[in-house]
Amino acid sequence: MSRPATTPGTRDIELQRTGLTSALAETWKTPSGLWGALATVDHKIIGRRYILTAFVFLALGGVLAALMRIQLALPEARLIGPDRYNQIFTMHGANMMFLFAVPVMEAVAVYFVPLMVGTRNIAFPRLNAFSYWIYLAGGAMLWIAFALDMGPDVGWFAYVPLSGPQYGAGKRADIWAQMITFTEISALAVAVELVVTIFKQRAPGMTLNRIPVFVWAILVTSFLVIMAMPAIVVASTSLILDRLVGTHFYNPAEGGDVLLWQHLFWFFGHPEVYIIFLPAAGMVSTLIEPFARRPAFGYLALVMALIATGILAFGLWVHHMFVAGLPRLGDSFFTASSMAIAMPAGIQVFCWLATLWDGTPDFKTPLLFIIGFIVTFVIGGLTGVMVASVPFDTQVHDTYFVVAHFHYVLIGGAVFPLLGAIHYWFPKLTGRMMSERLGQWSFWLIFAGFNATFFPMHILGLQGMPRRIYTYQPDLPWHGLNLFVSLSAIVLAAGFLLFFINAIRSARSGEVATDNPWNAPTLEWATTSPPPSYNFAMIPVVGGLQPLWENRDALSVADGLRTDRRELLVTTLAEAEPQAREASPQHSIWPLWAAIATTIMLIWSIFSPWAVVWGAIPVAITLIGWFWPKGTPEDES
Amino acid sequence: MREKVVLDLGRLPPHGMGTTSVTWWGTLAFMLIEGTGFALVIAVYLYLMSLAAAWPINAPPPDLLPGTLVTLILLTSLAPNILISRWAEQQDLRKVRIGMVIMSILGIAPLVVRVFEFPALKVSWDSNAYGSVAWTLLGLHTTHIITDLVDTLVLAALMFTRRGNNERRFGDVRDNAMYWNFVVVTWLPIYGCIYWLARL
Repeated sequence: MSRPATTPGTRDIELQRTGLTSALAETWKTPSGLWGALATVDHKIIGRRYILTAFVFLALGGVLAALMRIQLALPEARLIGPDRYNQIFTMHGANMMFLFAVPVMEAVAVYFVPLMVGTRNIAFPRLNAFSYWIYLAGGAMLWIAFALDMGPDVGWFAYVPLSGPQYGAGKRADIWAQMITFTEISALAVAVELVVTIFKQRAPGMTLNRIPVFVWAILVTSFLVIMAMPAIVVASTSLILDRLVGTHFYNPAEGGDVLLWQHLFWFFGHPEVYIIFLPAAGMVSTLIEPFARRPAFGYLALVMALIATGILAFGLWVHHMFVAGLPRLGDSFFTASSMAIAMPAGIQVFCWLATLWDGTPDFKTPLLFIIGFIVTFVIGGLTGVMVASVPFDTQVHDTYFVVAHFHYVLIGGAVFPLLGAIHYWFPKLTGRMMSERLGQWSFWLIFAGFNATFFPMHILGLQGMPRRIYTYQPDLPWHGLNLFVSLSAIVLAAGFLLFFINAIRSARSGEVATDNPWNAPTLEWATTSPPPSYNFAMIPVVGGLQPLWENRDALSVADGLRTDRRELLVTTLAEAEPQAREASPQHSIWPLWAAIATTIMLIWSIFSPWAVVWGAIPVAITLIGWFWPKGTPEDES
Repeated sequence: MREKVVLDLGRLPPHGMGTTSVTWWGTLAFMLIEGTGFALVIAVYLYLMSLAAAWPINAPPPDLLPGTLVTLILLTSLAPNILISRWAEQQDLRKVRIGMVIMSILGIAPLVVRVFEFPALKVSWDSNAYGSVAWTLLGLHTTHIITDLVDTLVLAALMFTRRGNNERRFGDVRDNAMYWNFVVVTWLPIYGCIYWLARL
């Protein structure tokens, strides 16, 4: 018989199944009501919030894109003036990169990595809560500033001297720079949580060569975040210092240098591309298994390709600066490395094709998005090899050819797999299935609309149409294609609208999902849809790469964890052998207070350097409140 | 899905120290982030130096005394820091309490000398790019001393409460000591940069 959950030292072995789950539910529950919502540290609740918020920013960024397409549909259009247009394209880029693409990939990882490695919560769950609030505050600051006509207008990479004190009057460039601070804090925090979760909280038996490819991709991505994002923090901080207290980092008259900005920005900015792409590649390798109905071909090659891409990502940044007048030898080196990175990408594509070739493909919506991804990404990759060549790049630099190229790799390479992954994991997120019929429709609309919108931009670029122009004259040979592009964008927008309708409707009234509706092999499908607060009643024990396919009648599990405190399992880094039963922190409101204090300090510091001094005091107080032990069972050792 | 119990975790310790602890790994990850940050600012220093016709730009090299004094204090602090880590591992509460008081003092001392280090740079942050990067390097490192000092003070206070005698707190003391080692070690290349590269 089950004993009350509050008995000290109660272990799961002593309880019957129903007693076990009710004791765990009591220990791991998030308190109800507004307070609970603000204080929760459940990675699933926070992950869902993150995903939802990122998709709101996607929709907002999409509205900006639509405004630009309306403006450019006809020559000499008068809908948007040049100043507003500058803000719109800057907002579109900054929003899509910093508030959508990077956070959404980390958000999916926040939700799914702990489930896929078989643990009960992410490492440092309070830091996770903090990171979400900081992300939300940074996004809100950017959009509120835009609504107040204070939106940044210096391009998403904010080149100096345009963004410096001499040309960037007002606070618009500071809003951009401080938005960077917000998003970097949150991204770095999540990267640390994910690295530690993957290193130390894997289910027993999940050795390095049994980690799902998506989890590997997130591990590599997290290291890219850790190594690359400090560069943009250094860049944006020094820009703020130049603008606020008169330092001269970017002032050539006093020994500074404008190209220093480009080096710092792209030392972050190029790995950033892979911070977005690698999780997507991991999604493809994971999704392809249940839909090809066989294990992914070439696990070792796939993982090695991810790691190789992660390393090469740091040797490419100068290819964004080919027209900046750098030494020729440097250009040659970066051309070679830019072409070299096509190899690990190619290896992955061949592995995916081999998986489909040898499998029995089931053409459901997620697989359609994967195939759409392969097609689109290969086109984007080919134009990438083209612009890696200096003479060609010199010709098309700052034209619509580049716009076409990076939308192919970003939307084709990252958003398509993401949409496939949302369809695939929707039951685990909500407990319901997305509509397959609407899914197919939205795929074809998005795929056709995307290619019709962005392919002609290659031609527009070759015809010399520059980026970032708010209008063009009727005698230029661009208006036919521009009108076509704008009309095609309606199809693309309709596809996204249908996707959103499908997601909202399915979340409310979709077909109720079983635990493993796709017959998938990874651990997140070993628990209910959606999972309970404690993820797994008993920690799974893993014996292979496809744990749910290897033993179809029973799941191997471990018992012996306490049920009266939040307890999870710590395992060794390489072999995932059990080391300790570690406590996981309870819900807490302090991360929210700390985030509010940090937000006040960061926004205040746009206006006064003293904010860093006085604003740091409340931050310190909230952090002390956060870490001061409260005498819960989780504090026992 | 049916479950088959194949492993009993009940005998495992309820908390892990050192590399078994997730906080140890988290501290390491944050050190990697901040170490990258330091390396980048040093790279900026070298980049600007490579562009300048003369370095330092329109300023004499910084006075050696305060910076060298800070270096000596920081290096000296390593000895008690390593000892406190050892005492924490042995869970010797009395020694750890004494050690935390010593480490608090050794956290305040370099800050006092650092007050004199900024004027000893003999250039203002808004004079030229050399001044900007020298102040930024010094400021960035000062932020790290302050952060770890606050952490040390709070932890020292905690060790004197009834919650102090807990394996988790001893783990915190060890992680804090590890972070202080990082603060000291990262200072050495910065010291070389600010004081000796400017003398080349």
